[in-house]
Amino acid sequence: MSAPILEIRDLRVWFGNPPDRVDAVKGVDLTVARGESFGLVGESGSGKSTILRALAGLAPTWSGTITVDGESLRGTRRSPAFHRRVQMVFQDPYASLHPRHTVDRVLSETLRLQGMDDIDRRIGKLLDDVGLGRGFRFRYPHQLSGGQRQRVAVARALAGEPALLLLDEPTSALDVSVQAEILNLLADLRVERGLTYVMVSHDLAVIGHLCQRLAVMQGGLIVDQLTADDLRAGRADSAYTRELIAASRSYAGREA
Amino acid sequence: MTATQPGPLLSVRDLRVAFPTRQGVFEAVRGVSFDLGRERLGVVGESGSGKSMTGRAILGLVRPPGKVTASRMEFEGKSILNLPERQMRAVRGRRISMVMQDPKFSLNPVMRVGDQIVEAYRQQTGAGRAAARQRAMEMLEAVRIRDPERVFGAYPHEVSGGMGQRIMIAMMLASGPEILIADEPTSALDVSVRTEVLRIMDDLVTDRGMGLIFISHDLNLVAQFCDRVLIMYAGRVVETLAARDLHNARHPYTQGLLNSLPRLDAPRERLAVLERRPEWKDGPLDPALVDASMIDAFPGGVR
Ligand SMILES: Nc1ncnc2c1ncn2[C@@H]1O[C@H](COP(=O)(O)OP(=O)(O)OP(=O)(O)O)[C@@H](O)[C@H]1O
Ligand SMILES: Nc1ncnc2c1ncn2[C@@H]1O[C@H](COP(=O)(O)OP(=O)(O)OP(=O)(O)O)[C@@H](O)[C@H]1O
Ligand SMILES: [Mg+2]
Ligand SMILES: [Mg+2]
Repeated sequence: MSAPILEIRDLRVWFGNPPDRVDAVKGVDLTVARGESFGLVGESGSGKSTILRALAGLAPTWSGTITVDGESLRGTRRSPAFHRRVQMVFQDPYASLHPRHTVDRVLSETLRLQGMDDIDRRIGKLLDDVGLGRGFRFRYPHQLSGGQRQRVAVARALAGEPALLLLDEPTSALDVSVQAEILNLLADLRVERGLTYVMVSHDLAVIGHLCQRLAVMQGGLIVDQLTADDLRAGRADSAYTRELIAASRSYAGREA
Repeated sequence: MTATQPGPLLSVRDLRVAFPTRQGVFEAVRGVSFDLGRERLGVVGESGSGKSMTGRAILGLVRPPGKVTASRMEFEGKSILNLPERQMRAVRGRRISMVMQDPKFSLNPVMRVGDQIVEAYRQQTGAGRAAARQRAMEMLEAVRIRDPERVFGAYPHEVSGGMGQRIMIAMMLASGPEILIADEPTSALDVSVRTEVLRIMDDLVTDRGMGLIFISHDLNLVAQFCDRVLIMYAGRVVETLAARDLHNARHPYTQGLLNSLPRLDAPRERLAVLERRPEWKDGPLDPALVDASMIDAFPGGVR
């Protein structure tokens, strides 16, 4: 097997200083293979977004090692090579889209930064891919619905043609038919371009559909790592994971 | 349900929200009608179909140049359509609250979370500072915030997505509104926390007769949690049904939604996607699928 695209060892992330210090991630190990799709689930507030943010250089204080495609990351500075390889879709797309930039500007800036040509055609294609269509090209964020904003964020992340895509609840604001379109698109891109995903979601069915493996978090720690098959069969080491699986089954189970 | 008052809490007929755009007037809501009793009314629908805009219109929160019209918008029998801001403020938050879809964005970024809950509560109830603080802590605990003291003193950017949702819910429920409009209130919560939060809303509906409008993309959740469901597509309600019948929906859009759900117990290679048909947007509404109130608003079908 080739070298993993992402390797995290003993990652700890904290905010502030004692006595107000918050330990958000308390020693996490993760390895994600190239071309793999990896899920991150768990309790609200358990540190899922913080792991992705530390990777992206958005968490000021962390320790441990993070290696992306052989490059060892330090602090919050990220190299141009990193930015070409890694893109992120944030949990709250409103906050991540500049309020006074149109969709067109958001996408064209990303495309130019990545040195792409043929910007016009690419923007049209991206908007079609995420099911928005070209009519949305000159809208501002406040003129979009929640799910439309989320799709702009997905389009922006795809615009850079990254090797590794960090997805924080990418479909939670979408109706399930648009969710299906985005999940199919992600699955296709993984096959066509060998993309790697790390995806956070509370929806175990979504994780089970897109991901081969997943980690379950609680209180800043990974309490379980399992395969999608384990997930479907309900095979899990920790009581917390079994509880999550049971709850998600009973609630989807009515029509089954 | 405690059906004490005659007549619905909220009655809406032919609600329309329109925005002028470069390409002409865009109607985000195109004739929505419904009554809300002391019940859990689910609203499900396409992204961009006007769910949030319907909620905002009820509370007078549609920003200009957006225009809101309706042939009726009554709260306990009195019109609240386009009320002057001063009068609307007596209703908004106090009697009708809304949990916004982007909770962290809707909070004031430079004010501590706890102070925001306290301030809102005092404004709505006239309570003293100490009582309001105590109420805020109670509410944070009720929505299962693990360390309420810390979160009370945190700024919105210092809390997680799901904590932001719970803070917003705590803030909106603190004063005991008669109607709560909850826009995707639990999409960032894990199942166990979600169960708790739903229980709080549920208790308010059953014990205190609150009316709940529950906007969600989660069909299984809506089917289990709500009493009735409105299905929206392109600004209109295309189907209304009892929540327990959701899985036997008859409108092809609703059926398409149900088919596109990924399922843990039945994995498949590709998810089914919808073939959206123009008649769902512009064709006449099917009288067998929507409430009579909808049809009343559209004599002779649709304009
Ligand atoms: N900038 C910050 N300052 C202080 N604390 C923070 C900051 N960012 C995050 N935290 C804290 O770190 C913890 C983990 O947050 P994180 O956003 O990673 O949770 P999460 O697992 O993504 O939860 P959710 O599913 O609710 O989004 C939370 O307790 C949060 O309050
Ligand atoms: N200021 C505006 N100008 C023009 N169109 C707007 C404006 N604000 C919203 N819209 C449009 O109004 C429609 C309804 O938006 P709304 O936010 O109600 O959708 P929604 O049903 O809540 O969708 P979602 O599930 O994605 O949140 C959308 O198509 C949106 O693009
Ligand atoms: Mg998060
Ligand atoms: Mg919305």
